[in-house]
Amino acid sequence: MSGGVDSSVVAGLMAREGHEVIGVTLQLYDHGNATSRKGACCAGQDIHDAKRVADKLGVAHYVIDSETRFKQSVMSVFADAYAQGQTPVPCIACNQHLKFGDLLEMARDLGADALATGHYVRRIEGAAGAELHKAVDESRDQSWFLFATTQEQLDYCRFPLGDFASKSEVRSLASEMGLVVAEKPDSQDICFVPTGSYAGVVQAFRPDALEEGEVVSEGGHVLGRHQGIARYTIGQAKRLPDKAAHMVVKSIEPATRRIIVGPRGAESRMIKLRDVNWLISPGELRATVKLRARDSLRASNIYPDGRDATLELDEPAIAAPGQAAVFYEGSRILGGGFIV
Amino acid sequence: MIYLDANATEPLRPEARAAVLSALDQGGNPSSVHQAGRAARKVLEEARERVAEFANARPSDVIFCAGATEADALAVHAFGANRPILVGATEHAAIRAAAPCAITIPVRANGQADMVALERLLVVHPDALVCLMAANNETGVLHDIEIAGKLCSNAGALLHVDAAQAIGRANQNWLALGAASLAISGHKFGAPVGAGALITRPGLDIQPLIKGGGQELGRRGGTSALPAIAGMAVAIGAAYPSEQIATWRDEIEAFCCAHGALAIGATAPRLPNTTCLALPGVRAETQLIALDMAGICVSAGSACSSGKVAASHVLLAMGLEQLADQAIRVSLPWNAEASMVQKFQSAYANMASRLAKRDSIGLTTADHCKDPICLK
Repeated sequence: MSGGVDSSVVAGLMAREGHEVIGVTLQLYDHGNATSRKGACCAGQDIHDAKRVADKLGVAHYVIDSETRFKQSVMSVFADAYAQGQTPVPCIACNQHLKFGDLLEMARDLGADALATGHYVRRIEGAAGAELHKAVDESRDQSWFLFATTQEQLDYCRFPLGDFASKSEVRSLASEMGLVVAEKPDSQDICFVPTGSYAGVVQAFRPDALEEGEVVSEGGHVLGRHQGIARYTIGQAKRLPDKAAHMVVKSIEPATRRIIVGPRGAESRMIKLRDVNWLISPGELRATVKLRARDSLRASNIYPDGRDATLELDEPAIAAPGQAAVFYEGSRILGGGFIV
Repeated sequence: MIYLDANATEPLRPEARAAVLSALDQGGNPSSVHQAGRAARKVLEEARERVAEFANARPSDVIFCAGATEADALAVHAFGANRPILVGATEHAAIRAAAPCAITIPVRANGQADMVALERLLVVHPDALVCLMAANNETGVLHDIEIAGKLCSNAGALLHVDAAQAIGRANQNWLALGAASLAISGHKFGAPVGAGALITRPGLDIQPLIKGGGQELGRRGGTSALPAIAGMAVAIGAAYPSEQIATWRDEIEAFCCAHGALAIGATAPRLPNTTCLALPGVRAETQLIALDMAGICVSAGSACSSGKVAASHVLLAMGLEQLADQAIRVSLPWNAEASMVQKFQSAYANMASRLAKRDSIGLTTADHCKDPICLK
């Protein structure tokens, strides 16, 4: 229970169905006094809200200190990825290590039958076990962020919000339940980057990723300087020096702190993936893939190779290392991996 | 519900409740000049006399306030303004937050303040304000206030003793032992929450934190919380079944240790009602939730107001890094009963058999048995 409307409604729904509900809030980081910022999750005000919701619903509520774990498994990894020239997705790491890692383990330890969360995805019982599907409301769909959920985790989880037609339905259910958070703003962006600028986090963990370096053409000519490789992602056209106007980032070299730019067209058809999670038995297949959270679906052949895989896209596309490539068949997630 | 969290707050004693109700019914502001005010003032001053008598202090040296946190803050404010401050490593946040830049007095592995270290520190800082708690809230470990008092008196330092957990359970004549001031809190010994006191030896200058209307002889402004104070004055002298409580505590401790727990600070002199039990490999939060689901109220180290459980600074100071986030505190209330002990033990055994993952940190009970500090 983050203290937001979604997980609050989930707690309410579970209580309404007659389950014994244990509400848990993960304290992920300490915002100090900046606790009342709208739209960020799990700061002081949010814990307070979660408790008020639990009180209203008459369910137990606990706060789990996950600050150290979050720092190690999410924030530090986030900064390291930037320092390696990648573009990380911290929400995936958080889901993997905290929500479906530590929290799920605690739920099992306590003898709970299931872990219910406020994610907008659907879990559909299929012939061969639980399947992970996009939310009914595609504008809210979070399935891309949950691709790393294992079959075992999926079997144990419940996602009641995936079937809602819209967020406004969730909000009106929250008001009907009398929850104080019914009108609370949605959380946005990355929760631990309240100002929207992630450079501060990178600065704290990996100041080297914000040191100056050269912007170089593919032919090796220095075109200007940049203020840190962490500010760039593959395909980016912004923040390039004048001499590199109309060009895009082709690659990032962390060791030399060089940003290599070239004419538009950083696209490629063959994309390597690592740490692939399969929700079907792995095998060569044809599916649609999504290379960013808000990307369109692209037709592709997928060739598994142990923990890795290679995509062969029908049409070339920009793929940023550190982002995820998630495989869909219709609304169903078949698997996914991190772009190398 | 089985309530074993007396160190958070003791259940209200009936005699305190009666005194509270009587003061509530009577009403009146002790500062008023009319008869209602005089009647209220009489209750207030009688309460002050009782508290003073308990602490072997003069009534005029009892400053009523909201609780021990305020009393600690007032002591640090009044005595620490122009002195270096030395603070025990296991002090409560009430002291640590009031003196954030203080020098730390280390504790020994059993949780008691290291008096050799204090003596050395006093050589460098003879005019210090020294803050040591009589009894630790997490482990129940008692500091040796007698020695600390002598060291401070010899050096010319002032000793402030936070006695919040010790009143009733491990009374001592702290002022006679050399303490310059004492912090107490009514709800830790069966009075309602909302009243406490800073009690000093004669002749100390106290500049207030809150000036207000000059109440408490100008040392703490604000209308006195008369009902809570009246309850505190009655509860402070109440009988406490120390031996029976200690017997049950020891039973609980032996039982839990037989089920994989390690008793922290058990070799030191302790409060009779407190045991700090680590279950290696199992996070304190998980233990708390599992026990709460079984109807048992206990707590862990340093729960903040949000309920978040952080690694215990007390265990860290005792050198128990591996266990600092795996210990719970069981503290029996003054009105404990044998049936509570049975029910707790059965819930604990159930939890421990389900959750114990001792191997996960490479510690075994057998290993720790060799360590006299940690295991009974």
